Amino acid sequence: MFFLPQNFSHPAFKEGLRSIVSVCVGIFAWGLMTGVAMVNSGLSQADALAMTLLVFAGSSQLAVLPLLAVNAPWSVVLATAFCVNLRFVVFSAHMRAYLAHYPRWYRLCSSYFTADITYVQFIQRFPNPAKDIEGQQVEQAYLAGNAFLNWASWMSGSILGIFLTQYIPAQWGVGFAGILALLGLTCKMLNTPKRWLVALLASVAACLTVAWPLKLNILFAMVVSVLICLGLERYTMLSHQTPKGSTP
Amino acid sequence: MLDFHLEHPWIILGLSVITVLSRGFFVISDRHFELPYWLERSLEYAPIAALLAVIAPEVLTLHGELIHHWLDARWMACLAGVLYYALLRQRGPSLLGVIVVGMLVYLPVHIWAGG
Repeated sequence: MFFLPQNFSHPAFKEGLRSIVSVCVGIFAWGLMTGVAMVNSGLSQADALAMTLLVFAGSSQLAVLPLLAVNAPWSVVLATAFCVNLRFVVFSAHMRAYLAHYPRWYRLCSSYFTADITYVQFIQRFPNPAKDIEGQQVEQAYLAGNAFLNWASWMSGSILGIFLTQYIPAQWGVGFAGILALLGLTCKMLNTPKRWLVALLASVAACLTVAWPLKLNILFAMVVSVLICLGLERYTMLSHQTPKGSTP
Repeated sequence: MLDFHLEHPWIILGLSVITVLSRGFFVISDRHFELPYWLERSLEYAPIAALLAVIAPEVLTLHGELIHHWLDARWMACLAGVLYYALLRQRGPSLLGVIVVGMLVYLPVHIWAGG
């Protein structure tokens, strides 16, 4: 977390900041349009502000707006938010190896601040969890720096959007910069044939199932594309050599 | 002036708990457990799969259907961004460049033709 001295005074904190600075304009624009959308849906400024500051999950905030507008039961609202957030559950399985040696409050707090872009950049920077304490400190400081700038860009955009709603017409489409930020990250990761394949499969699967409710197409596409690639990997591995030991 | 009366205080609190629960789902437990080998292998692909599963429908679908009109600002902007990145690959293109080039294509086409 960025508010702990052990993290923000570490040199890797700055590295985390630097790695996300090039996309923070996209995060800002995305936050801005989420702020505008919240107020335009009929939410009061106070509610929108509280939501942005506490919930801190753009896609689930947008997903529950129509439900709040018709006063849907709270169980439906919360279940919807959880379904839209299912990709984060997968991310947390990945982050576990990096956080296991910290106390629970630290693990939960750190995960709360780890949204899509921070997760992707962190995993790219540290593909294998550090074994020694110095390495773990570097990881945590980087994660904190990256998450801090992500949080700050998102919050400043969102709050501005909430207060300047009437001056920012939604049809300008400024929020598309957020998608382009994710696209930039994708370009950086597409450096092996396997990654191209999983990208292609995930795109096709997510588009074909886009009509599914609760953004379940995202989780479906992730599961399908990853399983197909895993299957292919296992097949090709088997065809070259017999795998030793830890096969499933 | 801002009125501090909240209409949905409990729902907002509940949604915050949902964020903590979903982002921290697998770190809640203190118990040590090993992920199955196949699951650990599959996590290598999770980031890229998640990115495309989010991006592709935002770019290639409209109102729950694949776009069937070629005149759409979104795919053009993405193509421009990807081309920018591919052309400058050797020189380590900045991600800001992808956003700027994409928006330079997106905004005029979007305002003129929609999408």
